[in-house]
Amino acid sequence: MIWATILMALREIRRNGLRSLLTMLGVVIGVGAVIALVSVGRGATAKVTEDIGKLGKNLLTVSAGTFSRGGGGAGISAPPLRIDDANAIRRDILGVDAVAAAAASSAQVVFGNSNQRTSVTGSDNSFFEVRGYVVDKGRLFSRAETQSGAAACVIGATVRSNLFQARDPIGQSLRVGSIACNVVGLLVAKGQAGMGQDQDDLVVMPMRAVQRRITGNDNIQSIFVAAREGEGTGVVAERIRGLLRQRRHRSEGLDDDFTIRDMAEIAETVTGASTALTALLGAIAAVSLVVGGIGIMNIMLVSVTERTREIGIRLAIGAFGSEVMLQFLLEAIVLSTLGGVIGICLGLLGSYFAANALALPFVLAPDIVALAFVFSALVGVVFGYLPARKAANLDPIEALRHE
Amino acid sequence: MTQTRPLIELSQVHKRYGEGESEVRALDGIDLRIERGEFVAIMGSSGSGKSTCMNILGCLDRPTAGEYHLADVLVTDLPGDGLTMLRRHYIGFVFQGFNLLARTSALENVELPLVYRRVPRAEREERALKALALVGLEDRVDHAPSQLSGGQQQRVAIARALVTEPDILMADEPTGNLDSARTQEVMELLQQLNRERGITIVMVTHEPDVAAFARRNLVFRDGRILSDTLAGERA
Repeated sequence: MIWATILMALREIRRNGLRSLLTMLGVVIGVGAVIALVSVGRGATAKVTEDIGKLGKNLLTVSAGTFSRGGGGAGISAPPLRIDDANAIRRDILGVDAVAAAAASSAQVVFGNSNQRTSVTGSDNSFFEVRGYVVDKGRLFSRAETQSGAAACVIGATVRSNLFQARDPIGQSLRVGSIACNVVGLLVAKGQAGMGQDQDDLVVMPMRAVQRRITGNDNIQSIFVAAREGEGTGVVAERIRGLLRQRRHRSEGLDDDFTIRDMAEIAETVTGASTALTALLGAIAAVSLVVGGIGIMNIMLVSVTERTREIGIRLAIGAFGSEVMLQFLLEAIVLSTLGGVIGICLGLLGSYFAANALALPFVLAPDIVALAFVFSALVGVVFGYLPARKAANLDPIEALRHE
Repeated sequence: MTQTRPLIELSQVHKRYGEGESEVRALDGIDLRIERGEFVAIMGSSGSGKSTCMNILGCLDRPTAGEYHLADVLVTDLPGDGLTMLRRHYIGFVFQGFNLLARTSALENVELPLVYRRVPRAEREERALKALALVGLEDRVDHAPSQLSGGQQQRVAIARALVTEPDILMADEPTGNLDSARTQEVMELLQQLNRERGITIVMVTHEPDVAAFARRNLVFRDGRILSDTLAGERA
């Protein structure tokens, strides 16, 4: 009986082709919008996560002073970090893969007629490991260069293109601030990081070279720590915090005078915000789905009035009210489900092209597709119920007399 | 007392619409017995109560008071779905306006009552074809109502009423929309069905020529039966 009724509903829908199409349109647009917005939103989330991942996997960044309290800048009074702090972390903290201390500055770099201002980092080879830089051409620092603080440098792709254009930078002499520096390596471009900063605009030198010749002191600005995979950056950060409090003699009750930034935590926050935004967009689109449902109810109510005589005939020749109700309900469900399927196809197609146009990854969201399908069928049930009940409750005598 | 009831028995049936001042007595105490195999025409001017009586006989409506027995079942006691079950088992309808489903072939129209009776597809088609052959439309099975003449449409409607093999055929002004030649055609078909297949026919009409095809004539006036005559008694 259900099957025969579905066939009856399909025939009725085909018989009124244009009207059925217009009826479905609301659901098509609603479902399409939900699918497209959620897919694009998820693509954006994936992109942001990926970009943050580029900063370094499981990266913890330790710096002196605090940034969070009272809106003031870095605590000037806080004592700087020392190379010994980095060594202590490497030695005493469990779950650490690599530690890199960095003396950071910025300087004007000059080659031939070209010059630019860029960040100059003094560190050793573990810096590249922790931050996920890979050598494109040339090499990293030799042990002798690191130990003696030789004037050697590894440059990022942006510096290379700004100063050297197409020329091979390896072996050239680059002036960094006031010192001449031999370019030994070129890094593979990493692209923009999550917050739009260019990760390839840098010059890296051995730490002692930077400390001695550029900053003029033996402070270090940051300690980069790569937590071991699966160790949980939060746990490692807490261990480092305990160690540093001890080393810096922060007694109980005093706040930290250093900051540990956890990239995984930042990634989580940004991803969370992006996910919330996606959900909001989806919810707005879902409103149009409800409007689409009301459209179906509207047309079904008109259809019941228009087909009053037909309903009268069916009732007179032996249909139960419940059977007439089922017929109209199924018609509404088939209409809305069909609209849902068309909407899903259009939404996926639209989000695919949108993802391409916005240079976002195309993310297929099977859960949303399934949800949209179920929801569109549900729209048919909810908004088909009222017209179907109206049809079922018609008096056959009145219905047959209806013109 | 083991007296068997006739197929149809109305006793003191009343039907009233509205209340108080505006009360309309559509039926005002009808007593009527119709035996199996009769061909009855109900006549009367509009407002005489003949259509109301027809609706009650056809289990489309319920009396306000009185008892209606159909095939030994006390109709007046049944719930709504019970009326539908009675219609399914005993009654076929033919209407004045044919009331076929538009844009639906003659075959599908005739099959429709069987769909609601859960008859399997193959048997449905076989029985529908047989019913269409009975009314002489075996070569029009795939035609939609709009492709058929009025007489042909009414014959499709009769086939639809017959396909369930009902005991009673209820015809409400079956020739109301037909010219005289088509009227003749349809009435002869009804007469033949009554004579050869023993189907009880109750027909409402206001045309004496049409009523003349029936063997028994009832005339209604103001909700009561004015006269009840058999063919032989008519002058």
